[in-house]
Amino acid sequence: MKLFENKSLGKRKTGKNPEEKSNKNILRLTYVIVILFVVMIGYEGYFLVFQREDVINNTYNARLDSFSDRIVRGKIRSSNGTVLAETLVGEGGEETRSYPYGPLFAHVVGYSTRGKTGLEAAGNFYMLSSHINLLEQMIRELSGGKNPGDDIYTTLDVELQQVAWDALGDRKGAVVVMEPDTGKILAMVSKPGYDPNTLNQDWDWMVEDGDHQARLLNRAAQGLYPPGSVFKLVTLLEYVREHPEDYEDFRFECDGIYEEGEYTIQCFNQTAHGSMGLREAFANSCNGAFASLGLELDKERTKRTAEELLYNSQLPLAIAYSKSSFQMKGDADVWETLQTYIGQGKTQMTPIHSAMITAAVANGGILMKPYLIDHVEHVGGETVKRFMPEAYGSLMTAEEAAILTEMMEAVVTEGTGSAVRTEGYTVAGKTGSAEFETGKETHGWFTGFAPAEKPELVISVIVEEGGSGGRAAAPVARLVFDAWFGRG
Amino acid sequence: MINLFVDGSRYLMILLMAVYTYLNFRYFSVGEEKKRRLCARQNRLMLLMHFLAYMVIYIKTEDPRMAAFYGAQVIFFIAYILLYRLFYPNSSRILVNNVCMLLCVGFIILSRLSFGRAARQFIIVAVFAVIAWIIPMILGRVWQLSKIPWVYGLTGLGLLTAVYFVGDTSFGAQLSISVSGMSVQPSEFVKILFVLFVAAMFYRSTGFKQVAVTTAVAAAHVLILVASKDLGSGLIFFVTYLTMLFVATSNWLYLGAGLLSGCGAAVLAYRLFSHVRVRVSAWRNPWADIDNTGYQITQSLFAIGTGSWFGMGLYQGMPGKIPVVSKDFVFAAISEEMGAMFAVCVLLICLGCFLQFVMISSEMQASFYRLTAFGLGIMYITQVFLAVGGTIKFIPSTGVTLPLISYGGSSVVSTLILFGVIQGVYVLKREEEEE
Repeated sequence: MKLFENKSLGKRKTGKNPEEKSNKNILRLTYVIVILFVVMIGYEGYFLVFQREDVINNTYNARLDSFSDRIVRGKIRSSNGTVLAETLVGEGGEETRSYPYGPLFAHVVGYSTRGKTGLEAAGNFYMLSSHINLLEQMIRELSGGKNPGDDIYTTLDVELQQVAWDALGDRKGAVVVMEPDTGKILAMVSKPGYDPNTLNQDWDWMVEDGDHQARLLNRAAQGLYPPGSVFKLVTLLEYVREHPEDYEDFRFECDGIYEEGEYTIQCFNQTAHGSMGLREAFANSCNGAFASLGLELDKERTKRTAEELLYNSQLPLAIAYSKSSFQMKGDADVWETLQTYIGQGKTQMTPIHSAMITAAVANGGILMKPYLIDHVEHVGGETVKRFMPEAYGSLMTAEEAAILTEMMEAVVTEGTGSAVRTEGYTVAGKTGSAEFETGKETHGWFTGFAPAEKPELVISVIVEEGGSGGRAAAPVARLVFDAWFGRG
Repeated sequence: MINLFVDGSRYLMILLMAVYTYLNFRYFSVGEEKKRRLCARQNRLMLLMHFLAYMVIYIKTEDPRMAAFYGAQVIFFIAYILLYRLFYPNSSRILVNNVCMLLCVGFIILSRLSFGRAARQFIIVAVFAVIAWIIPMILGRVWQLSKIPWVYGLTGLGLLTAVYFVGDTSFGAQLSISVSGMSVQPSEFVKILFVLFVAAMFYRSTGFKQVAVTTAVAAAHVLILVASKDLGSGLIFFVTYLTMLFVATSNWLYLGAGLLSGCGAAVLAYRLFSHVRVRVSAWRNPWADIDNTGYQITQSLFAIGTGSWFGMGLYQGMPGKIPVVSKDFVFAAISEEMGAMFAVCVLLICLGCFLQFVMISSEMQASFYRLTAFGLGIMYITQVFLAVGGTIKFIPSTGVTLPLISYGGSSVVSTLILFGVIQGVYVLKREEEEE
């Protein structure tokens, strides 16, 4: 392509004339512009190939709704294919979304009629896209019919979900079960539930008429609770980081009530733990010991550690969640310091976040991104898209994770986590009993994994107003562990 | 059956557009006789594409006005092409074709978005195409154009200053003034005056003193635009001036100093103006403020992403969800409904026009004309780049229109004049060669 053939060149004797020079520069600038356009077109191509699906699968994208004019929304299935949500088409073509398990999966599967939540939101795009063969699609479209959307196969395990659901009974709370080495979420329960099949009839009653139970809230991911003694994992990690050589030399004398100036910190039920080292203090969840060692810790550094553990941070999670918060600053007073290091004070966290920290401990410090959609299949049974486990990053070193694991094992073998002590498998865990309102029972926490030496399962449990974590929450985890390891 | 036609025509339109675009580049490497045949093929491709699009529009709207509108457009395009050929046998046919093609794409997408706007745009185009059509004639007869730089410069500055003081504010920027009920954007016309001014100044001399004076006046243009918060135009003027200066003087020092001061000015503008920071943060992460500052760009990305390569088909998408879709974000609407393939073809046609401009420019011996052609080319392509880049989140959105396609009388008229001037220069060159 001879764009710039200079026709006048032949007439002149000398090659270097201003016109030629300026033509050269025109050519240079033209190259720059052509390159800019090529890069811009390349960028659009990149966007369409690599970013498109993630971008348009957004609740703000109203366009997806219009897909349902051509597509019958696909199904949501459990990991082994059991239908959790499907669209039934009546004789007159009217569509209803049906949830065979009723309230059991209500929060994690979500709903799609009053806005979209849970997997109904996260997998919206896939269920409204059809990948059956084009000819079939065209024939159906020409005859005025709709094509079936693709199905999403989740990571959810119906049995574990049911066990966790039953274990909570009629108490409020949440359970999260995940695999630490993949990030797969196997169960996610939130109570009280609601029946997504009758969402529209129940809506006013739940939302406006003062049911006051926040049934629609997915407590597992959106519920913010004081972490209580579960936070001692963070305190412990910080202490180990500041005393890498001599943390085992820590000693504390506990008489049930710890006094610091005008303030007192009590152990649960004012139990006197006696003289002990760090391991026993953690195992017995001794408030006095952790409040006193907290006083010597660097508060700014603690905040950094907490934020490395994803407090005050976005979580790598595709469904709606709340951000956990850690607010203590470097200039916090003594009372706030004492409270914060034992997990009271202003700190708040979600059960899923607790499960993620525990999963990182179980996985040698590396957090795998939690995920719920395993793969997408079209109705012909062929996989359209598969999601692979993906590392989020390292929350702590492998050595730190090993130390925490050892301490968490002690919680179960000799401390507050006796409810999950069994011959069948080894558990590493931490209990928590979080005070949230004077005069009310504490929220019971348990977070842990098993087997301790080769972790397969992470569980986090919160039981609202359940009392101590060891008695209220740990037994829930026990039932889920039993179900898992009972499979043989 | 209707479904099949609507769906099928979508792919067919992309195909026609792709062939047209291919010919646009093929043009550079074929002989004179072949060029004529190639241009005739382009005309057929365009008319077929135009027909398919309005067929779909008619099926979808069942609005008889659309049929009449279509007829009027066909008459306009044929008359435009034939009259140019008849009165200016030496004109650049491929540029005539491209003007028609871009106008055609504009009419299609505007018709889909709003019949009223499309019709209004068409009337403006039809009237001013006649005026722009006379320009090559003027250029051929009036030789004094290169003698009056200050007439261009002072008129331009005066118009911009007037807008600054009495302009109507829209989207935070003073852009337009009302003239007997019609809203006019003078900066669109000042663009052409500005290029003529710079070309005429450097035609006289490229000595240091002349460069200093011209730079001062150019800077005044840019500053008034920035003060009116019309940053997109400010940037276009800046780029145009800098490249014209470089081509006129071949002095790398000027280019380097210009680029440096440009970067400095950009940093300064970022620090000084909150609306610049808002635009930049909406570009870096529109998702963070999706309800507010990031709304427009995310809706645009939804449109482009949902439409994907082949588009949703006319009337199958929701381009109306994007704020100011018919002006600054028209590229997203084209991409959504007619497909990214189609949209990229539009972009390549624009680039093809620019290549024609610089080719004409580089073949001119008279420095006034070569600078004029080059400056107008840069002005045109910079605007295309800003408009499209802002729409696809390649660069921060600057709020400029896509020439010949976006809705807006001033923009389309000034671009028609711009193409008219280039045609005039081209005709001059061809006549020169014939003598």
